[in-house]
Amino acid sequence: MSALLEVRDLSVRFGGVIALDRVSFAVEAGQVVALIGPNGAGKTTLFNVITRVYRPAGGTVLVDGDSVLAIRPHQVIRRGLARTFQNVALFRSMTVLDNVLVGDHTQTKSGWLQASVPLPGAVAAESASRKRALEMIDFVGLGPHAQRPVAALPFGWQKRIELARALVSRPRLLLLDEPAGGISHEEVDDVSRLLRRVHKELGVTMLLVEHHMAFVMGISDRVVVLDFGKKIAEGTPAEVQRNRAVIEAYLGAA
Amino acid sequence: MQEFLQQVVSGLAVGGIFASLALALVLIYNAMGLVNFAQGEMAMLATFVAYALVNRGMSYWIAFPVALVLAFGGGIVIQRIVIRPVERAPILTLVIITLGLATLLNGLAGFVFGYVPRSFPSPFSAQSADVLGVFVSYRDLGVIAMSGLVLLAVYLLLQRTTVGLTMRAAAHHPEASRLLGVQVSWMLGLGWGLASAVGAVSGIMVAPILLLEPNMMQSIIIYAFAAAVLGGIESPLGAVVGGLAVGVTINLAGAYLPFVGGDLQLAVGLAIIIAVLIIRPNGLFGRAAVRRV
Repeated sequence: MSALLEVRDLSVRFGGVIALDRVSFAVEAGQVVALIGPNGAGKTTLFNVITRVYRPAGGTVLVDGDSVLAIRPHQVIRRGLARTFQNVALFRSMTVLDNVLVGDHTQTKSGWLQASVPLPGAVAAESASRKRALEMIDFVGLGPHAQRPVAALPFGWQKRIELARALVSRPRLLLLDEPAGGISHEEVDDVSRLLRRVHKELGVTMLLVEHHMAFVMGISDRVVVLDFGKKIAEGTPAEVQRNRAVIEAYLGAA
Repeated sequence: MQEFLQQVVSGLAVGGIFASLALALVLIYNAMGLVNFAQGEMAMLATFVAYALVNRGMSYWIAFPVALVLAFGGGIVIQRIVIRPVERAPILTLVIITLGLATLLNGLAGFVFGYVPRSFPSPFSAQSADVLGVFVSYRDLGVIAMSGLVLLAVYLLLQRTTVGLTMRAAAHHPEASRLLGVQVSWMLGLGWGLASAVGAVSGIMVAPILLLEPNMMQSIIIYAFAAAVLGGIESPLGAVVGGLAVGVTINLAGAYLPFVGGDLQLAVGLAIIIAVLIIRPNGLFGRAAVRRV
């Protein structure tokens, strides 16, 4: 039985800079795995390789044992992968509902011709898709705001909208790039509770990048630590917190 | 007063023509941040296609939609063959390519159809109707109605359908769209097809007024630029409002300012472009360009 996600010997170079150096780890179905490390350790780069934004210099990324490096970026979602972005990548001029509907459009099976002509089948599919989108907006707690344009909403809300947009495609694996980044202390607990519900109620496996340590230690089953593109530790939150190499990477060698 | 209202109505008719072409410009600008200098020539070529169909005995009301469908397909072909290979090139490269495309299409139309101006049929009677004491020609009313229908159709397609939603998403945030499963490059292709068809409407509407020849759209594209800039180059609604405003303005200027007459109307269009760019660069409906660093 292969892991849901397996990263094997992954290397990425930007010119002479080695952003990732033979990194390997696996995410089993049902787990919450955190990827931590100082700034520039290669965490977001790793996300970008998994979602086909960057091409690696070596190594492979397997989903259910099959490589995703051969597929095109728009096909990644069909393998059950969805992600959120560090700085939020929403469609700013659109409403909350429209943003989430874009996330659902691969679930709507009609082609673009049916999608542009209001035939009965397409209309039914579209109302089912609206219903799902509204459910997800409710799930992240923004139900009353579905028709508002996202540009004017607070950053913490925008992150939740992005989460709803990722969830509406019914991913098996969700990649979260700093879900607690840039939001207030009170909101961090809300996000933590929300992600626990995503894990338990929707059964989504999660790989997250995060700097907020209390948040990471509270939510993760396992933690992978990167430093300068290399994996320096992996284990349960408790194990990683005791690890000398990790302490040195964060605090500097004594 | 009566004459004034008549001038306003015929201004709205030419304004509708400008609005269609301006909307085509806005669609492509929104999709790729590019002003398509070939938009007018694409419309001109589509009008020649409609002309050829009508000349072969096809009814105007069949030739019109057929020409739009062919223009749509032609727009997609141009995006796939000419634009896609240089999609990631600097914007100046793309601008030069659309200028080259304009010259190419102009020459192609001249080569195939010649430069002799041809009369193009109008489906609307040249007579006038008395609307509440104002004499309005059926042609003007017809052009206003056709432009209105096209603009409404584009609005419904973009705002009310899934394909419109994904087209807007792809234009807005290509990277995020890709990861949500949107085939961004094909959405750009559809955008070019749609812009080409919308632009073609302006060509087919203006041809009965100006006579059809390869350089027919060269003044219309200037008015369309003025309309798009006035409305705010990113705003489809702005393109429509801008088109109507420019149409009415040049018509009134031509009628009431003796030194403008028919000869300096184009200068009024250019003056609008310059004035908007100086006074209100984002246009009527545009948002101030704020970039997060």
